[in-house]
Amino acid sequence: MNNLFNLIVEHMLIVFVAIAISVIIGIVFGVIAYWMRHVDKLILWTVEIIQTIPSLALLALLMILFGLGNITMIAGLILYALMPIVRNTHTGLLGVAPYLKEAAKGMGMTRLQRLAKVELPLAFPLIFSGIKIALVNSLSIAVMGVLIGAGGLGYPIYRGIQTLSMEMILAGAIPVVLMALVFDYFMSKIEHRLIKKA
Amino acid sequence: MSLIEFLQMNYEVILQSLVRHLELVIISVSAGIVISIPLGIFLSRHRKLAGPVLSAAGTIQTIPGLVMLGLALIFFGIGMKPALVALSLYALLPILRNTYTGIIEVDKGIIEAAKGIGMTSNQTLLKVEMPLALASIIGGIRISTVYIVSWATLAGLIGAGGLGDLIWTGLSTYNTNYILAGAVPSAILAFLFSGLIEILQRILTPRGLKGVRV
Repeated sequence: MNNLFNLIVEHMLIVFVAIAISVIIGIVFGVIAYWMRHVDKLILWTVEIIQTIPSLALLALLMILFGLGNITMIAGLILYALMPIVRNTHTGLLGVAPYLKEAAKGMGMTRLQRLAKVELPLAFPLIFSGIKIALVNSLSIAVMGVLIGAGGLGYPIYRGIQTLSMEMILAGAIPVVLMALVFDYFMSKIEHRLIKKA
Repeated sequence: MSLIEFLQMNYEVILQSLVRHLELVIISVSAGIVISIPLGIFLSRHRKLAGPVLSAAGTIQTIPGLVMLGLALIFFGIGMKPALVALSLYALLPILRNTYTGIIEVDKGIIEAAKGIGMTSNQTLLKVEMPLALASIIGGIRISTVYIVSWATLAGLIGAGGLGDLIWTGLSTYNTNYILAGAVPSAILAFLFSGLIEILQRILTPRGLKGVRV
């Protein structure tokens, strides 16, 4: 039981570290796509292509680069999480009402000030919903970590498959599915509150 | 051994894996289509059931692929059958959801008009609702296919073969050639399917709807 608890903590840590990094990279690329209209297609297309690569293939390729272990898993999760975050940041920033952007310009704000004080705060509900999608997906993808020598709840699941033990599989699977459902539920609540406030 | 030499020596195995991978994808997506489209139509006629059925299908989607394949292995044994069952279950939701929303989002006025010119409920479905929902349904099939190409790489773990088998051999023996021989074709396959279905979607969109985002 104690062991399972450790695995759950490890699983969440891997996912949280990956999502935290992905949020930073994703928002930066989302803003770049918004500022530079001529590269927006390229950026959105690239993150979509990454998302299309089968997860086992991507992880195996990353393993050639980074070797076995948690780093490879985190790198894979970062890449997978980019798409919803970049896309939602881009759409969110585009969706800010033009008159608000004009007003901010009229007040003499620089481009960076407009972004930090007007555009990003207004786009935040949508960005948050992108982060939610990324987090919930990552919880389930992180199970694959066991195949490339990373820790987390993939371990009991894979042992269960090898020994044909239903209990082992479920011991890993139930926490993963529950975590995904719980995060989805609470983050959807926060999302609704954010949208109402906006 | 260099990659070129490896490919020359093993091209038959790689080709077999590719064919098996295609089989897995095509059979399970077809099963998904055959189940989901009628079910989606049924739900659009009985909307009270739609909520529970869609959220049940949504919960299946949150089950990690490895778990689903593991459970299928326990219930159905080793080989292709358990893999097909697990993959077909994953193919359901995107097609089901897009069929349902595609149909219920058809403009009420158009359905009234169809009724007004004397079409029966079946005629309305076949000649009005389905063509208008088609772009959305094919969009669902595209999402399902991309998912399944990805999940099918895991099928190698339960003895179903496919490109995942090569990746898995490469991972467990730390052989880069095997990893590349499995990973690169499976990634290309995913892009190809996604692109082809997108083209199909454009071709099948009714002329009157072209240029309109559905």
